[in-house]
Amino acid sequence: MVIEHIDAQMPGVIMDRHAFRGDQTIVVPKAEFLAVVELLHREGFQFLVDITAVDWPEREIEGKAVRFDVVYHWLNLASQERLRLKVTVSDGEAMPTLADRFKTADWFEREVFDLFGIRFDGHPNLERLLTWEDFPGHPLRKDFPLDGGDPFCMEGCTAPYNNGERA
Amino acid sequence: MESIAMTRQQLDGDRMIVNMGPSHPTTHGTLHIVLELEGETIVKATPRMGYLHRGVEKLGESLSYQQFIPLTDRLNYCSSIMNNVGYACAVEKLLGIEIPKRAQQIRVLVSEIARIADHIVCVGVNAVDIGAFTAFLYLFRQRETAYDLFEMAAGQRLHTSFTRIGGLFRDIPEGFVPLAERFLVECEAAVDECERLLTHNPIWYDRTKGVGTITAEEAINWGYTGPCLRAAGVPQDLRKAQPYLGYETYEFDVPVGTTGDVFDRYLVRVEEMRQSLRIIRQVLDRLEPGPVIVDDYKVALPPKEKVYTRMESLIHHFKLIMHGMEMPVGEVYSATEAANGELGFYIVSDGGKNPYRIRVRPPCLPIYSSFETQVKGGLIADAVAVLGAMNVIAGELDR
Repeated sequence: MVIEHIDAQMPGVIMDRHAFRGDQTIVVPKAEFLAVVELLHREGFQFLVDITAVDWPEREIEGKAVRFDVVYHWLNLASQERLRLKVTVSDGEAMPTLADRFKTADWFEREVFDLFGIRFDGHPNLERLLTWEDFPGHPLRKDFPLDGGDPFCMEGCTAPYNNGERA
Repeated sequence: MESIAMTRQQLDGDRMIVNMGPSHPTTHGTLHIVLELEGETIVKATPRMGYLHRGVEKLGESLSYQQFIPLTDRLNYCSSIMNNVGYACAVEKLLGIEIPKRAQQIRVLVSEIARIADHIVCVGVNAVDIGAFTAFLYLFRQRETAYDLFEMAAGQRLHTSFTRIGGLFRDIPEGFVPLAERFLVECEAAVDECERLLTHNPIWYDRTKGVGTITAEEAINWGYTGPCLRAAGVPQDLRKAQPYLGYETYEFDVPVGTTGDVFDRYLVRVEEMRQSLRIIRQVLDRLEPGPVIVDDYKVALPPKEKVYTRMESLIHHFKLIMHGMEMPVGEVYSATEAANGELGFYIVSDGGKNPYRIRVRPPCLPIYSSFETQVKGGLIADAVAVLGAMNVIAGELDR
């Protein structure tokens, strides 16, 4: 329902959409992201349930490496409709923050930054949330070792997963 | 000659920095809050977390779908069965399978017992933190019975791992239903007793009324779910709004508060305990014999006697253990109403044996993120009351 509204009001903004087991997903370009969120808010999707990310290290779309999906889950409290909004970003690219509009985005974005290393432009306090300040690397990236690698930098922090640098 | 070194007071002004936690009796888990105080008033509160971060989501990427179940126990360890149920529901949604009726009923039954156990911890311990020890003791006797029931059903009191993908790992044993019946009667009485001790108690009222108030709009903006959201006046309960496991067939009410303060959160939780008892009553009345796990050996292990006697069952057993289930490619988000609020699992499958990405949406993380605005300008004693009413469980917060 809401997807048709988005399509009618912002034609061409939905790059990809699919429905699986009743879950609606749309993919929008980063440039239009804030406008889509604005529109969703007007359509009654005022509850930002979750922000997370998925790492696809090898993925390329149209010749461009786009490593991450940033995934937003929305809920419409009146109609109980859910919507998944995805934005693809490449390594090192930053997302616009939602923390000024949705207070719940504050910690969720910090968590995504901590675990994936995706920065959020305009975030008031973009610090690590779950790991400590000089933790090397971002644990939920696929190239981060499962055993944790060398988190205390005992070996002089030459871990391959962080280009040999402290985060 | 006058020293140029500044005293502590000159450096910090009149502020005092107090570390609450990481191991403090009122934080109930390894939470760490740095409080800046002016006298008794909180000027700044900075929650620090991650002391219990085990990387559950990372571990899940290298475990099969079944093997992840024990990790869900350790999320909200006060009501671990509800996490088992929430996770199993998410994988079943991904697989697109329906579980047998009896399995659904038993899942509802144990979930509601777990909800009561969780609310008992929250209400009881909140009261202890504020100084009312007695209510805690009356309630904790009932929690003991609830844990006895879990032990009967799952063989474990705390880390239950009761569900399997497609149902439950075994049926409830003989003696479970009579004990549950007894629990219904005794818990009702204990909740009454707790209400007599607290609800009209002037000290409890003074300590909780008007502390940590939040409006409905603010609560939604902060991402509140569960009793804390309902206390703010939003009647959002996934059991009613987006029913799962046949919750639409049970009769129960969703209590809501008005101001969202600690007192309302307490009232909502107490009423939810009563409503959960109502649901348990209805489940016990309609419990019918039947299978508790799907009859599909591509998903659930075949019974042992078949494995030992039949070729196909042996092959199915081997295939399931060695290669795992055949998962479709896709992504699902499945949410259940846990004791604290919306517990969501977001699973991305690439068709492999292990999930490609598994995300746990903990209900208490968004609630806890509002802690500073909730306690700012209040007294330090009120911070303890607010923290207790938020029911922050570190295992779930840090994952």
